Amino acid sequence: MAVETIQARSGDIFTTEDETLILNSINQWLDRDVRDKVLELEHADEYPHEMVEQMKALGLFGASISQAYGGLGLPSSTYAKIVTTISEVWMSLTGIFNSHLIMAAAVERFGTEEQKQRFLPRFATGELRGGLALTEPNCGTDLQAVRTRAVRDGDDYVINGTKTWISNGIEGGCVALLVKTDSEIQPRHKGMSLFLAEKGPGFSVGRKLEKLGYKGIDSAELIFDEYRIPADNLIGGEEGHGFHHTVGGLELGRINVAARGVGVANAALNDAVAYAQIRETMGKPIGQHQAIQTKLGDMATRCQAARLLVEDAAKAYDRGERCDMEAGMAKLFASEAAMENAAECMRIHGAYGYSKEYHVERYYRDAPLMCIGEGTNEMQRIIIARQMMERNPV
Amino acid sequence: MKVLVPIKRVADANVKVRVKSDNTGMDLNNVKMAVNPFCEIAIEEALRLREAGKAEEVIAVSVGTDAAKEQLRTCLALGADRAILVETGEDLQPLAIAKILNGIKEKEQPGLILLGKQSIDGDNGSTGQMLAALAGLAQGTFASELDVQGDSVTVKREIDGGLQTLSLKMPAVITTDLRLNEPRYASLPNIMKAKKKPLDVFSPADVGVELGAGIETLSVEVPAERQAGIIVETVEELVEKLRTEAKVIS
Ligand SMILES: Cc1cc2nc3c(=O)[nH]c(=O)nc-3n(C[C@H](O)[C@H](O)[C@H](O)COP(=O)(O)OP(=O)(O)OC[C@H]3O[C@@H](n4cnc5c(N)ncnc54)[C@H](O)[C@@H]3O)c2cc1C
Repeated sequence: MAVETIQARSGDIFTTEDETLILNSINQWLDRDVRDKVLELEHADEYPHEMVEQMKALGLFGASISQAYGGLGLPSSTYAKIVTTISEVWMSLTGIFNSHLIMAAAVERFGTEEQKQRFLPRFATGELRGGLALTEPNCGTDLQAVRTRAVRDGDDYVINGTKTWISNGIEGGCVALLVKTDSEIQPRHKGMSLFLAEKGPGFSVGRKLEKLGYKGIDSAELIFDEYRIPADNLIGGEEGHGFHHTVGGLELGRINVAARGVGVANAALNDAVAYAQIRETMGKPIGQHQAIQTKLGDMATRCQAARLLVEDAAKAYDRGERCDMEAGMAKLFASEAAMENAAECMRIHGAYGYSKEYHVERYYRDAPLMCIGEGTNEMQRIIIARQMMERNPV
Repeated sequence: MKVLVPIKRVADANVKVRVKSDNTGMDLNNVKMAVNPFCEIAIEEALRLREAGKAEEVIAVSVGTDAAKEQLRTCLALGADRAILVETGEDLQPLAIAKILNGIKEKEQPGLILLGKQSIDGDNGSTGQMLAALAGLAQGTFASELDVQGDSVTVKREIDGGLQTLSLKMPAVITTDLRLNEPRYASLPNIMKAKKKPLDVFSPADVGVELGAGIETLSVEVPAERQAGIIVETVEELVEKLRTEAKVIS
């Protein structure tokens, strides 16, 4: 196969051969160090410390950070394939670097040069890891309603408030923290700011949240009580741009979540195709019954369509185009594909699909997260509809 | 000391390959390709020798088409210092490969040549031995352990029913067995850095080898499909089936 070039948004140039070699390494890692350990860690809801060390060594925490700051600067199309490949084996693992890299992207796109130098190289090695602290007990979709407040005090800000559902909140050392620096101003988003908050006095971790799926990775409540942070940690150095900085990461965030959806949908399909050839009823493999074939046909088509939508959105992103609608479509379709494929895979497996000895029940528990995270699917439909009308006025 | 590691591009061990419909060979279109697993072990061992300060340079070499650059780059990403491709589109047999490798050996003068004991596609298991003979070097095949001390290398060989330990005077040719080590995988940053490492391309003529067709593949066929087996409940049943169905006892 001829080697073709792929351009990343950073301007760095890659080739299809780079992508092949990268995915080969990821697959070797998954086969050797991950696959056989998933069931145990998943059921114990245990943080995969050893795998995180391997992910550091692989360089995953710098995957989308520019080479100029110590990362790889991969194109999002390649990055999405990495996310899909890992999600086919254990979706939870991708959460450990996905929101970390969205945090890094906010610094790289909107931070000052000093902030980039201070944070990005440590993010790239995985020495300092973290995620996004946006959601609060009272708001998720409506982020402009956040109540966590930052008040300027000399060269510092003092922050008070509570965040919840924060991925990597316990194991991470730093979060991109969305706060209000002005709660009176209208429109509300003008009073929002995004900080790089490293753990320290006044920044404590509440409960580790118990959840349906997405096991292993920590989701936590974060409490800020008179937390003092240098003004130098305000991304971009100017108040009032936090909402813009947050929304700026959503395109890539949605491509990430969509890529996870493709991974879970593929995993369900692969298990179903294999099982349909092994399990026999009425004297033949169940894959020979048409009722099972129609399921497999739909499942495979969903996987293919979801993958192509992700690839299309990622390529638009890599070209530097606006792609909120494309990313939204990919996220919506791929997450629903994961849901449907997981349910069908379970039906095809019968009782074994309901058993904790198989992976199938995990796909069924993991898939709904992709319908909620990075903007619920209800919101995606609304965004897509609005874009359709905006782009096609009468 | 230089360590020369010949490697082969083969179909990935995890893919199920098919025979071409005209039975002229395997259908490798759109098949995932990889470094032959035994060759990966050879690369790993060479890297460990360098890391232990017993070798200065690891050179990966492959004989094949332009596509084999992908596998050479994998070796560079794993840590080899440079790579050589002897480019040819011909379907070569072990003797021709060994002659070409001998040409490279003349150029590079390595202290050790580490090869996989066989490739998982052709299963010939003879390139290393032929190379040692052509080059007039000592050989230690099927190594499961090796130890370099001064100008000699001790090799533990896996042989039927046990282990044999040999001491070879270097330069020497060693072929690797499965248990020699567990190869690493390449980190993503190293994959990118490998792009800057040298990869030289030669023709067989450049290394003084005239390729003449020695062997022609007439046909490749899949083995006959085996009937599924059955599980018997008791020894009596087994004996009964062996007598009445398999008819191997009376
Ligand atoms: C496992 C997990 C990990 C998470 N990780 C993080 C993280 O790392 N960082 C972080 O900040 N957050 C995180 N979240 C939170 C997640 O982003 C929010 O749950 C999500 O944004 C939805 O917000 P909500 O739960 O408050 O739902 P709500 O906003 O209360 O929505 C409830 C329902 O109303 C619908 N709805 C809301 N507004 C509208 C509207 N205008 N029109 C129509 N329908 C509407 C929604 O679609 C949904 O169906 C995580 C959540 C989970 C479950």
